[in-house]
Amino acid sequence: MNAPMTPFAKPWIANPDGYRVPYEVFTDQVYYDQEQEHIFRGETWSFVGLDAELPNNGDFKSTAIGDTPVIVTRDQNGQLHVFKNLCMHRGALLVRESRGNAKSFDCVYHQWSFDLTGVLRGVPMRRGVRGEGGMPPAFDMANFGLDALRVEVMNGLIFASFSKTVEPLADYLGEGIVANIQRIFNRPIRIMGDYRQYIHGNWKLYAENVRDPYHGSLLHLFHSTFGLYRATQKGFTYMDPSNRHSLLKATASAAPTSASEDQEVYKDVRSYNTEFHLKDASILVGRPEFDDRASLVINAIFPNLLIQQIANCLAVRQSVTHASNAFEIVWTLFGYADDDEEMQMIRMKQSNLVGPAGLISMEDGEAIEIVQDAVIRDGKKTSVLAMGGVHSGSVDHMITEGPIIGFWENYARYLNLGADLKK
Amino acid sequence: MSSPSLLSSQSTASRKDKSSAMVPDDFMWQGYSALETQWRVERLLSRYVACIDDDNLEEWPSFFTQDACSYEIITRENVERGLPLTLVFCTSQGMLADRIVSLREANIYPQRWYRHIVSNVLIQAVAEDHLEVQSHYVVLQTRRNGQTSIFSAGKYKDRIVLQADELRFAEKRVVVDTHSIDTLLVSPI
Ligand code: FES
Ligand SMILES: [Fe+2]
Repeated sequence: MNAPMTPFAKPWIANPDGYRVPYEVFTDQVYYDQEQEHIFRGETWSFVGLDAELPNNGDFKSTAIGDTPVIVTRDQNGQLHVFKNLCMHRGALLVRESRGNAKSFDCVYHQWSFDLTGVLRGVPMRRGVRGEGGMPPAFDMANFGLDALRVEVMNGLIFASFSKTVEPLADYLGEGIVANIQRIFNRPIRIMGDYRQYIHGNWKLYAENVRDPYHGSLLHLFHSTFGLYRATQKGFTYMDPSNRHSLLKATASAAPTSASEDQEVYKDVRSYNTEFHLKDASILVGRPEFDDRASLVINAIFPNLLIQQIANCLAVRQSVTHASNAFEIVWTLFGYADDDEEMQMIRMKQSNLVGPAGLISMEDGEAIEIVQDAVIRDGKKTSVLAMGGVHSGSVDHMITEGPIIGFWENYARYLNLGADLKK
Repeated sequence: MSSPSLLSSQSTASRKDKSSAMVPDDFMWQGYSALETQWRVERLLSRYVACIDDDNLEEWPSFFTQDACSYEIITRENVERGLPLTLVFCTSQGMLADRIVSLREANIYPQRWYRHIVSNVLIQAVAEDHLEVQSHYVVLQTRRNGQTSIFSAGKYKDRIVLQADELRFAEKRVVVDTHSIDTLLVSPI
């Protein structure tokens, strides 16, 4: 009689030997629809762009939160706004270009015109034509402004939320994550450009991938093939108090305590090799530019952002969902406005390491797709997350799957999956 | 204070190609007639894509000049925004060779066959020591399941020189229309 209407009948399991997530979360449309409503359009802040992308009044870009199309714009007073990209008349995409500069947003369908603050300013034929037709007296343009999202900008990162009640951005992120944003976005940036990578897989497989500090030395073999990487490099895994976000940080300078320790760590690894050497190692030339000397910072921010610093390669990566089995990663690489020409060249050369053609990162796309392909008919089977002990939270190493567990605990909370998975 | 960008020399106007500019029908270049030059350029491009499609990638760097060369893959989106970011940025034969070793030994990627179709080979400028040539390309990909689709469409902007009796690329700039990369880009274009 009183059976719950939830489609998520099977509770997730956190046993001492592993935290288990059913594969249907990656394939089932029900989850996809629920997460659009409760995560992307729910009590979260989503990244929508960098204010350096919109330097001038009137600049706009179109992007998406989850799969909801949105417009980001800087109005004539310099104020940033985010709107649903949805005409208030009969639902056409208001902005069809990916970027541009405008004085107003004019829908092509019937030319309703909105100013850059979202107010409806013009409706052609409102009074009819030669006394015929026209809008009824009850029609009030003031009631048809664009759907505006809440907007907060932190050190040039623009976030938006559909929620009226979500906590302020700084509280949502927590002090440790805010500190990393301040660390990387410490002065004006210069945008180098974008990559777009279309992946035939579920966006959450990427959320797991960027919260997985231990796959790096196993999946990505560029460094080990050229005898460059050390699994023994020192790092830590930080999570904010809510365990939504994570920060994986490693320092390159930590040498192995001995060559034999390095060999021991790598004895099960496919290709730890000293046979190959780079013919042109200028790709790895860099300059230390942060006081903490970190060589790798991977900062995942729930639900759709990743901030990376890999040597001098700085980027934000935004996930845009298309379907339960398709999403896109929009990479924006940047340097600083005060980079000299040599530094600009260093960043250009290091960009070979990342992105869809990145020598150290291209594998992630393949890793996601082979999971998606394999689990298609095994929705009730589960993965097992156990590395590092079965818990989320900060630890002083990187051999852990804790950040992934933190992601799923929050996912379950947002979708109201019912079980208290920590028990 | 903002220092000059890598692109400072590149004005907005120069982002648009003047593809319609004509070189005369009867030029001579390095002792070759216009017709023979065209034929040699087309043969270079055919050999280049055959090298990639037949998986002789170890030979791929030798299509470029030895001392200094440039190979870039950049999206048309970034070009039209006046932004420098490339998908691949190589400034020496060594960097080209390193990419191939990485592809063979290190990188993990789906097994696919690639097939390049090159056409519209247009010599756009004839200088004493080099040619500027634009051509169009399409790369088809065939997945493990035997299905073929278009992986990438775009154009080559090449600076071609004569070195040791062979035409070689001093610069090859691949401008990709298909800016949404399907999963990943591992093989050269
Ligand atoms: S749908 Fe936009 S004006 Fe009619
Ligand atoms: Fe990875």
